[in-house]
Amino acid sequence: MQFLFRYANPGQFMRLSSVLLPFTAIAAALLLALGLFLGFTVPPDYQQGMTVTIMFIHVPAAIVAEGCYGLIAVLSLMALVWRHPLSDVMARAAAPLGALFTALGLITGSLWGRPMWGTYWVWDARLTSFLLLLFLYLGYLALWNAIEDETKAARAAAILALIGAVNLPIIVYSVEWWNTLHQGESIVSGKLAPVFLWPLLTMMAAYGFLFLTLWMIRVRTEIISRRAHSLMLSGALMPRGGL
Amino acid sequence: MIASLTAENLACARGDRVLFEGLSFRLERGHALAVEGANGTGKTSLLRLIAGFLTPRAGRLVVVSDHGQSDDGEERGKQIGWLGHQDALKPQLTVREQLEFFAALYSASPDFDSMLGQVGLTRQKDFPCRFLSAGQRRRLGLARLMVSARPLWLLDEPFAALDIEGQTMIADAMARHCAGGGMVIAATHDPLPLGQASIRL
Amino acid sequence: MSAFTTLVARDIRLAARSGGGAALALGFFALVATLVPLGIGADLNVLARVAGGVLWVGAVLAALLSLDRLFQGDYEDGSLDVIALSPLSLESVSLAKMLAHFLSTGLPLTLVSPLLALLFNLPAPATLTLFLSLLIGTPAVSAVGAIGASLTLSLKRGGLILPLLILPLLAPAVIFGSGAVSATLMGQSAMGGGDGLWLLLAFSAAACLLSPFAAAASVRLNLSS
Repeated sequence: MQFLFRYANPGQFMRLSSVLLPFTAIAAALLLALGLFLGFTVPPDYQQGMTVTIMFIHVPAAIVAEGCYGLIAVLSLMALVWRHPLSDVMARAAAPLGALFTALGLITGSLWGRPMWGTYWVWDARLTSFLLLLFLYLGYLALWNAIEDETKAARAAAILALIGAVNLPIIVYSVEWWNTLHQGESIVSGKLAPVFLWPLLTMMAAYGFLFLTLWMIRVRTEIISRRAHSLMLSGALMPRGGL
Repeated sequence: MIASLTAENLACARGDRVLFEGLSFRLERGHALAVEGANGTGKTSLLRLIAGFLTPRAGRLVVVSDHGQSDDGEERGKQIGWLGHQDALKPQLTVREQLEFFAALYSASPDFDSMLGQVGLTRQKDFPCRFLSAGQRRRLGLARLMVSARPLWLLDEPFAALDIEGQTMIADAMARHCAGGGMVIAATHDPLPLGQASIRL
Repeated sequence: MSAFTTLVARDIRLAARSGGGAALALGFFALVATLVPLGIGADLNVLARVAGGVLWVGAVLAALLSLDRLFQGDYEDGSLDVIALSPLSLESVSLAKMLAHFLSTGLPLTLVSPLLALLFNLPAPATLTLFLSLLIGTPAVSAVGAIGASLTLSLKRGGLILPLLILPLLAPAVIFGSGAVSATLMGQSAMGGGDGLWLLLAFSAAACLLSPFAAAASVRLNLSS
């Protein structure tokens, strides 16, 4: 834990992230270009045809969206138990990105569903739990924004995130249970051919770096704006025209 | 029973703003302490610190009692009689129901009629609380405080909205409480008529 | 009376005296049950099929109506300070408030549900399952709702954000509850409800066990300002 904390104070984070940012940004751009190139040059799938390419932007988005909620839950636990100040800044910075990737997963999933199922939306177990995940993200963000006192908002949001994390597996299970109750069908899942595996893995790495880059930028922005805010309160930095 | 309450180098902050720091005092049983200071200096925050609602930014609060020493906020809270600047009254309940609720909540079984008589609310005892004036609400607050039978009273602006008679009533109650071995800490703009120690924030 | 039952009784009394807490929720519930057939048509077969889901969703929304005031009223007038300093722990206080909310909304909603099921032409075995599922499930609505209420207790417009916080968390209750009714309707299990009721019972028990701690943590947080 000590090791983690040493690198998690705002000053250390600013230094570390300023070194890392160029690398992650370039890695994200290169991998994204490579992944898209590989993705669009795969041979058509014998069942799905060219629509299989949607998979390369859909699956990584879904994975990042899920991972991001887990990340927020872990950071919330750190913020609540160890009162670690940077944790809630990091959790808050991750949430809109998580919501965005969830929305991206839903939209691409629905575009994929059109040629596959013939409709934009089916109440498939996975799509339905993702819709609920999106609402969990929106609730989390709404609570952050509704409470004005920063420290209070951070801790309330952390409690909510932990409750959500405990409940999420139950939600996923209940939706699967509901799905088998009402309809038997689900996505045809076969083993993935190697031609599709490499573009998919590349895109996953690209999304991972993209998330990391955007996340660090957001954390940096938040730290800087908090510094500006406390400077303004102490009177050192006056907005034009005074207060 | 509490023997003493000691603050050591207490500091309190709201967000980034430090309200006070380096505050030390010691209060023995049977004594009262007035907390003075202008608006926004942290009088209410100090009371909330003592009650255990807030945790100090630095320093600590130590209670010495029969069970030994403790600086645990929630434990301290169970010794406290609280009269905040709000009256904690429900408009839908009658004066008597309200007092009965507080008594049962604090596991006390006082003589309600004589208690209401003491604070001059006998005539109003079946009125819903929404018909009480600000001063009458304060008097009911005092009755609640006496019912709670807690050794350490924390009072936030106890004289606000009270007429001369009401003010004397509260001052008498505080004096009686101290004489019985209790302790009083009151936040106030104007000095208390008790001849007690005071700190300025 | 113990401090705990005193608090429960007082909250129920307050609910009854302020605009008749339960009556309001019951009226809302009945209106939802009236509007749905007007919206989807009076085909009794269709109505019987959707009854479980509609009545479950209606009950959850009706229970939400009074939820935002669960802690807020006591927070605004200073009662919460006095209650927090009482011998009761904040966990017990939260549990008492959940119980009071269930007794003043969840239970009345459960009791009138067979009547509304009648309007939907729900067969008797399925009606029994609906009744049981609401009896088991509405405590979970109060429990999860109490977490949301404690998180938003200091917000002037907490009632607007509260549904967004807790409805996704309540999805399992709605799924298991109405699923049990569907299962009975389709004759999938002899002793109505099958897995649904058991899963609902597990969800409800877990919610009632864990919520007091989460709600207490959040009340503690809100008192520190």
